[in-house]
Amino acid sequence: MAAPQAILATGAERRPVAGAPAPEPVLEVENLQTVFYTRGGLVKAVDGVSFTLGRSETLAIVGESGCGKSVTALSLMRLVSDPGRVVGGSVKLDGRDLVGLDEAELRQIRGNDISMIFQEPMTSLNPVMTIGRQIGEALILHQHMSRKAAVARATEMLHLVGIPEPQQRVKEYPHQLSGGMRQRAMIAMALACNPKVLIADEPTSALDVTIQAQILELIAKLQRELGTAVILITHDLGVVAETAERVIVMYAGRKVEEATVGELFARPLHPYTRGLMNSIPRLALMRREAGPVVNRLAEIPGIVPALSNLPPGCTFAPRCTFADEACRAQYPAYAEKRERHWAACWHSDKLPGAAHD
Amino acid sequence: MAVIDHQAELSRAGANVHGWFGGLLFFARRYPLGAIGAIIMILFLATAIFAGSIARFDPFTTNARISLAPPGGEHILGADFMGRDVFARIVYGARISLAVSVGATALGCLIGVAIGLMSGFFGGWFDLLVQRVLDIMQSLPLLVMALVMAASLGPSLPNTIIAIAIPLVPTVARIIRSNTLSLREMPFVEAARAVGMSETRIAFIHVLPNTLAPLIVLATAQLGSAILVESALAFLGLGVPEPHPSWGRMLSESAAEYVRTAPWLVIFPGIAISAVVFGTNLFGDALRDLLDPRQRI
Repeated sequence: MAAPQAILATGAERRPVAGAPAPEPVLEVENLQTVFYTRGGLVKAVDGVSFTLGRSETLAIVGESGCGKSVTALSLMRLVSDPGRVVGGSVKLDGRDLVGLDEAELRQIRGNDISMIFQEPMTSLNPVMTIGRQIGEALILHQHMSRKAAVARATEMLHLVGIPEPQQRVKEYPHQLSGGMRQRAMIAMALACNPKVLIADEPTSALDVTIQAQILELIAKLQRELGTAVILITHDLGVVAETAERVIVMYAGRKVEEATVGELFARPLHPYTRGLMNSIPRLALMRREAGPVVNRLAEIPGIVPALSNLPPGCTFAPRCTFADEACRAQYPAYAEKRERHWAACWHSDKLPGAAHD
Repeated sequence: MAVIDHQAELSRAGANVHGWFGGLLFFARRYPLGAIGAIIMILFLATAIFAGSIARFDPFTTNARISLAPPGGEHILGADFMGRDVFARIVYGARISLAVSVGATALGCLIGVAIGLMSGFFGGWFDLLVQRVLDIMQSLPLLVMALVMAASLGPSLPNTIIAIAIPLVPTVARIIRSNTLSLREMPFVEAARAVGMSETRIAFIHVLPNTLAPLIVLATAQLGSAILVESALAFLGLGVPEPHPSWGRMLSESAAEYVRTAPWLVIFPGIAISAVVFGTNLFGDALRDLLDPRQRI
């Protein structure tokens, strides 16, 4: 993945500038709380996350492994499995709260209004069912199509996601397709019913780099054509820079920073975001242009704390170079530090402007 | 380095296979023993279906004049004490054996699959309860279970089928359950949920078809063992009642009294039982290799 700054230079003009009016929201998430009841105690995997998603907007959720990105995604669809449970907050899709709905009502929404692409294209398709049948299932379920009409529509969808010879492929089994092809088929399946919101949970993490770019380009293209709003969950800031308009940074189950992509990369206001940016390899580093001092790739020391045993005060304090007594004593308020740029840090004003300056 | 014959290697992998006949030929070349098993099973099936045209004598007609006639001549496999043609009785006996083996295996698999799928996919108290009942059933040997069942139900063809099917249930249920347990954690099940499928629909459309390969292999092996159990039940006088010819009872009737004086009464039904059981086992083994997912590329 190329360095974010290079992409920013070429792709910044197609993104809305900070301060532009927010698009009409399709999804409003308010104070979402998901907990797991485990032997080790109560684990708050998602702790008071709120955000809105505009119609045909791309929102990225970024963070390390174990910071609650995927559980947030599953919570939106109410797919968190036992012992996890959504215990608070609201998820409003076009004004309708999904948290209060029962299973039967949720099934009407899953795959029809909100759908999801998973990380593992190799195992997310049933090995004993043809591609066409699997894409068709959603159509038979939600649009009450006949088997024949569903397969015809599946063929169209395969064509739309750029799979060559769709008439042939629709009859094939998953093992006859490559990883990239399978992810395309997954996208076709997720978009078959033309949902309002598409959640892509690390859609490119299991694919090699050349295919990653193709898949991201495909998602962006389909989004433009179909007007679907996309929530892109990733740990790859390069992916964020290429595709998203706004970014949420999550750490230990909470939102720690939110801004437009341009603003975030230019001026990260949370040391965690800064740390993530510094740990992207850059060509300048390898060419030794920056001198021997920064020759080593920066990293964030330590690991994400266990959610069942969070430190008092700021959860990032143990790993933060800016941390002081105030940080260890009290969790910082999540506040709008600049125009449409929120962060939860006591020391936002002390951070140097851009990570790459 | 040795020269590699690409064409030969491709043929071995089945690359040049076209059509169903080509597929059969490939199976025969790849699994010769399995093919022999398949031929035995087809012969068995044909014998049962066309019993009327194969046997020259009626299996029920008694004839005192030819009582205990040795093999050869008009009665090629001889005749029993009541003067009934042994060949005709073996040929018609294939019908009973077929009905019992297919009927019991199908019934046992049907119940076992239903229990195993529900138990594995939905879990909870149902799973716990069912598994303990299956534990109790499995602690008894198959034959003892079948014996108790047959003795309490009374001798008749449907009862024999039920008596053999019930002890089969735990084995099938266990295999389906264990497969279901791992399948329900697969990402494609999660993906099906995300598409809005109900749990029941996921169980039948996504989980069940993935358990069929081990089930087919198990069922094939069970065909043979069902015939054995039926023979054993008949041998003990609990199988299909007279006058229907059953291989097991043909053995039991003759074993005690005539094994020295008229050994053909024991040998030929014995051969019939052995051959069919052997055939189903060979075919089942080949099927297990063929359905191995690692071979499916």
